[in-house]
Amino acid sequence: MADTEATATEEEPKVLTDLEKVGEPSVPRKKPNEIHPDDLVGKISIPKVEEGSAAGNKPYLCKPENMEKLGFPGDLRTDWHDAAIAKMGDLLKKYKSLQVYMDICVKCGSCTDKCHYFLGTRDGKNMPVARAELFRKVYRKYFTTEGKILGKLAGAERFDLDLLGEWYSYFHQCSQCRRCSVFCPYGIDTAEISMAAREIMDHIGVGQKYVNDIIVKVHDVGNNLGMNPKALKATLESTEEDLEEETGQKIRLPLDEVGAEVLMVTPSADFFASPHVESLLGYAKVFHQAGISWTFSTAASEAGNFGMFIGSYGQMQKVASRLTDAIQEIKPKRLIVGECGHAWRIAYSFWNTLIGPFDSLDPNYKRPEHICEYTLDLVNRGAIKLDKSKNDDFVVTMHDSCNVARGARMGDKPGGQFTIPRDLIKASCNRYVEMDEETIMEKTFCCGGGGGLLTDDLLELRVQGAMPRMQAFHKVQESHGVNFLALICAICKAQFTKILPKYGVGMDVAGGVHQLIANAIELGAKE
Amino acid sequence: MTILFVVLGYATLAIFIVGVLAQVWKYGKTPSPLKIPQTPAPVTASGVPVRVLSEVVLFKSLFKSNRVIWLAGYVFHIGLLLALVKHYRFLFASVPAGLSYFDTFEMYPGLIMMGGLALLFLLRLVVDRHLFISVMTDYVLLILLIAIAGTGTLAKHFFRVDITQVKEFMMGLISFSPMGANSAFPTETIFLIHFSLVLLLLVYFPFSKLMHAAGVFFSPTRNQVDNPREKRIVAPWAENLPAPTPIAEEAVEAPGQA
Repeated sequence: MADTEATATEEEPKVLTDLEKVGEPSVPRKKPNEIHPDDLVGKISIPKVEEGSAAGNKPYLCKPENMEKLGFPGDLRTDWHDAAIAKMGDLLKKYKSLQVYMDICVKCGSCTDKCHYFLGTRDGKNMPVARAELFRKVYRKYFTTEGKILGKLAGAERFDLDLLGEWYSYFHQCSQCRRCSVFCPYGIDTAEISMAAREIMDHIGVGQKYVNDIIVKVHDVGNNLGMNPKALKATLESTEEDLEEETGQKIRLPLDEVGAEVLMVTPSADFFASPHVESLLGYAKVFHQAGISWTFSTAASEAGNFGMFIGSYGQMQKVASRLTDAIQEIKPKRLIVGECGHAWRIAYSFWNTLIGPFDSLDPNYKRPEHICEYTLDLVNRGAIKLDKSKNDDFVVTMHDSCNVARGARMGDKPGGQFTIPRDLIKASCNRYVEMDEETIMEKTFCCGGGGGLLTDDLLELRVQGAMPRMQAFHKVQESHGVNFLALICAICKAQFTKILPKYGVGMDVAGGVHQLIANAIELGAKE
Repeated sequence: MTILFVVLGYATLAIFIVGVLAQVWKYGKTPSPLKIPQTPAPVTASGVPVRVLSEVVLFKSLFKSNRVIWLAGYVFHIGLLLALVKHYRFLFASVPAGLSYFDTFEMYPGLIMMGGLALLFLLRLVVDRHLFISVMTDYVLLILLIAIAGTGTLAKHFFRVDITQVKEFMMGLISFSPMGANSAFPTETIFLIHFSLVLLLLVYFPFSKLMHAAGVFFSPTRNQVDNPREKRIVAPWAENLPAPTPIAEEAVEAPGQA
């Protein structure tokens, strides 16, 4: 102890810039081998509140050059305080959600035990109402009579550098999964508040590296993985060869084929990440067997749209507009979206607003369609056949992705986003088990890596945030021998692949719904 | 005394009405640029009132979440509703048909209110998560409401305030002829306290979280129809929004240098 103290004092004390003060965690980030998750007991318990136990969870700051590429200042603006308040006022006028949710929370406490990051980190400021309170403190101080007169008594506070540091930490410990909103008597949506907070921070020069770098990659190269058109073409070709080797059939993965009936848009992770690529094989086999012409597009080689995570309408629209180019080029009749949670929320809920209307597409089909809607329809019509026994090695459960469950729909009926993937899974395997009902469908827990937090500088948070899902999974693993966690989201797949081993579970447990389809589908001649 | 309370009464009412309307106007005119209903959500417009009313009338989501908070909140609001209804005698010259039903048995709405409020207060103190999120105004509001319910109950059942006098005073206020011969301010202290506290609550109402009473109808996650693929919406500010552009090299040096 004495030694380390001595060396510590001898070192030049590093003078931090204001931006670094905001971005640097108060305690060093843990190394992967120092992260020890809770034991799996099959039960989610509500922890005693700790104060500041997760204050150290801060993602890396975005480098100036990438901030500027997105139109944000490269350093903390010297007038950041005034600029932040002005931006807040602007957003309050633009978003009814933000304006109403600032005013009407009564702090009843309903949401306090609902956030996976609170349950996992025990930090009181990760309770949704406390997270929103970081925003409300500032709102009250500058925008309400109550706050101007009563000040701290009403929970109003001046926006200073310390509070900005808390914003940077806790608004990057929200995966915008909207679980809290389900249980709020007024439907207050913390996702809306954390999006606004991140937009304000970007606006004054405080940006998060992981998300902003990816948006830059989309603008510069075309997709989140930064895969250039040549690499994409090569990957698809070699995957086609693998498919032919496996199945003995010429199953295609077409790219940029003008006039194809279906334009398929999927997260770029599907092109080569594991287990994502297994679902890609599923899509290809389904299209092949359905006998429909289809294609990917280099212009829209990414379904994901991280513009949502930073709350930027403009960035979200700019990223989505790549699809407009693709549609003009390919001239498809139908638009189908692959397995991705936030991408489906944006495609389903926002595309029509951002880049619609899709007048050139065939109005007899949904614009856009989810791949699960498409495949289940084929199954129901008998257009493709599934051999359930091909998945007899698996006992399957399904993890509902937050953005699909609470921010979108499939099919024509409310709740189709729950029944359609389940019907598909049940059509492709013999053994299916549901996890605890408090953890599925509209009450599903986030995987712990959504909302732009799928980065290794937040690894501890991701492990902690996965705890509720892991407990629920552990329970069915013990009781029913579940060994396949079916997913419909690229972020969920990447998160679980990384996090499962931390909890002592094999990473091969995580897989896509269309991975099961790929196993079970009967290829070849149709009668 | 009468003049003072007449003036305070009108001033309070004006602040309350103008304040609430201003807030509601603000909520109403602020656009919702994106479809964000909390799904599963109604897929037709007719489903939306059902959803919103299930929240307003039954506190459905709160019930789903936590039965203790639900019970505390629900009991309080039921008590409040009964108390408001039971005040009808002070607001109508003649008893409207139907309302007199509420006089057929004694309901002690003040006690019901206080029961719910006490439980809400207790929750803030004993549940560590609730304690963590509570600030001074949260406690003060609960105490204010308890005091209003308490003084109301005392005025009615223990001090037996002259309700004829109260009615004359209130009718005078309502008919904008407050200084009539019979409409002097009732002299009982307990009424004075009760009345003053109510004025205080009404003045505070538009500026506080009490606006949830109106705001609940404006919550986009609960009042939007789930039909984004079929119906396109665009907020006025988002029409022809210029795409974000990189900051030009020469402009980069400007911010932060001063």
